[in-house]
Amino acid sequence: MWSFFHKLGSPPWLYSIAGTILRWLLPITLVVLVAGAVWGLLYTPPDFRQGNSYRIMYIHVPTAVVALAGYYVMAIAGAISLIWRMKMADVAMRAAAPIGAMLTFLALVTGAIWGKPTWGTWWEWDARITSMLVLFFLYLGVMVLYDAYDNKEAAGRACAVLSLVGTVNIPIIYKSVDWWYSLHQPASIKFTGESTIDSSMLYPLLLMIVAFYALYTCCLLMNMRTELLRREARTGWVRRLIVEEGKG
Amino acid sequence: MNTLPTVAFMRRLLRRQLLLALRSPVDVANPLIFFGMVIVLFPIGLGPDPVILARFAPGILWIVALLSSLLTSDALFRSDFDDGSLEQLLLSPQPLYLSVLSYVLAHWLITGLLLALMAPLFAIMLGLAVQAIAPLVASLALGTAVLSLVGCIGASLTVSLRRGGMLIALLVLPLYVPVLIFGSAAVQAAVDGFSVLPYLAILAAMLSLGIALAPFAIAAGLRIGIDA
Amino acid sequence: MTATPVATPLLTATDVTIERGGRGLVSGLSLQVMPGEIWQVEGVNGSGKTSLLRVLSGLSRYGYDGQVERAVPLLYLGHRSAVKPLLSPLENLRLHPGGEGDHTDSDIERALAAVGLAGFEDNLAGTLSAGQQRRINLARLYLSPCPLWILDEPFTAIDREGVLALEQRFAQHAQAGGAIVCTSHQPLNVQASVSRLSLDRERAA
Repeated sequence: MWSFFHKLGSPPWLYSIAGTILRWLLPITLVVLVAGAVWGLLYTPPDFRQGNSYRIMYIHVPTAVVALAGYYVMAIAGAISLIWRMKMADVAMRAAAPIGAMLTFLALVTGAIWGKPTWGTWWEWDARITSMLVLFFLYLGVMVLYDAYDNKEAAGRACAVLSLVGTVNIPIIYKSVDWWYSLHQPASIKFTGESTIDSSMLYPLLLMIVAFYALYTCCLLMNMRTELLRREARTGWVRRLIVEEGKG
Repeated sequence: MNTLPTVAFMRRLLRRQLLLALRSPVDVANPLIFFGMVIVLFPIGLGPDPVILARFAPGILWIVALLSSLLTSDALFRSDFDDGSLEQLLLSPQPLYLSVLSYVLAHWLITGLLLALMAPLFAIMLGLAVQAIAPLVASLALGTAVLSLVGCIGASLTVSLRRGGMLIALLVLPLYVPVLIFGSAAVQAAVDGFSVLPYLAILAAMLSLGIALAPFAIAAGLRIGIDA
Repeated sequence: MTATPVATPLLTATDVTIERGGRGLVSGLSLQVMPGEIWQVEGVNGSGKTSLLRVLSGLSRYGYDGQVERAVPLLYLGHRSAVKPLLSPLENLRLHPGGEGDHTDSDIERALAAVGLAGFEDNLAGTLSAGQQRRINLARLYLSPCPLWILDEPFTAIDREGVLALEQRFAQHAQAGGAIVCTSHQPLNVQASVSRLSLDRERAA
């Protein structure tokens, strides 16, 4: 157990193990992603009310789910780096922020595209979309704060604190925004009510969510590898690595 | 060797902050003037129609109070960081959790409470219903305390950075959302003739959570800032 | 304040290594500060004196390896003097954020007189000269109950009489069983043994 933690603190080991995982995970992810997309887009019945436009759900929902989970991944990595001073957790936190922000952005864009045929507007101040927008700003805050510090170690710690503050706040923000929306929602367009989803549409959606989690993991590992190389650029193992890659 | 009781030390820090504020009254007045100025912008931007203004008054008053509180939080630890007082505070044998709370309390007294007390004046100018004025003051008094706690987190995380001002807004504004929702909803409820107590209770709950947790984040932020 | 019967170190640093911006400043420094000792840390500008003192005082919690143990409360006076221009010298000390002792106003007035600020107690500190503002901070050396002092350039902007008075205070503190770690560019002229710690040699080794 201890040797595992010890290894986890070693950049070359983490770099190589991340590479090994990626070699397996990346093809699997692509297969699941394609399977889920094909299933969802071609082999599910159209929605009786929304027709085919609902199919963007197969992108929108997974991105939104993983974007939210990504914030927690970032905060947990931050907490680990704060408490146990584990540098690799700091690398993970740093790597997680832009991916999460990107996914949140995608969720917002797909939400807007979905909104056009559904509500007739590109932007509706719907509870989920509004919460997503707030989440996007929370991600941006972490990234901007990291950038503002010259001392990158301090930057990592400050971002860890900020993302922990964010995790305490996210449930409160989500609940308040939900409540706020129910308060202001005009009765005529009320259709966030308990909408049930048919299992023929649900299974491909679940598959897509799994695929996006896998995709997230891949992106995280790749980003961590890049971040490791950037931080350790002056060390011997990176030089050896470059020489070996050059030969290969 | 007399050691200083913690409560006496907290009172000392509070007196120090209040005395400093008192000695530079313009700094205390600035957020209040800002509050008044921005309120004036709304009739100019939206048109002077009293019906429209009265309808938006709860939101306008709350948003502007929130911005005023935000603007002042940046300066909270800045001068103490620049002149070395913060180093002394962090090395002090007193519990940092409580020291930080007295800073927050001072900030709330100097900005939040004053804003809440000033708000009725602008509420009347915007034509807010009379029965909503007391709830406005109460919701602002409670809500700005939460804003002070959250704002201080932002201030502590940016204390060592030269370009704090804009950054703190980006860090802190998303976290202000729940307070804004329930604060303005309380005023709106009063306008519509409903009970405001549930809203005030939720704001008080947020305040309790903030008092319990925010000082840890602020203390951590200050330590990071001093070390950066 | 009396000397502890069994001499235990007030401050112990073990194998301290400090790096700033990829540059090694201090490597493998071990230090024991005993009661009655005065340590003068020497080194050229940028040799890491301030960084070392910040690590020893506990202000820097990151960016170094090794252990630092502080057995007693400490007084740290840094480059920045924590003096508020909008408060009088008396208020500055009465409401000081250091919070290490409970002093009466007459204690504070005595300390201010000792650093040559008698008569200025109630002027706003902002109206005083830079040297006088530094002296407000130095008055804490006459107030603080802390046995361990860590002082970063205490003589900056202080005139010759002021330096003499401070050196006397140092000797008095050391005799009473306290200890001092300080940086200074001028040699200390104290009636007590002064140990020197040169960071230049430290780095060369």
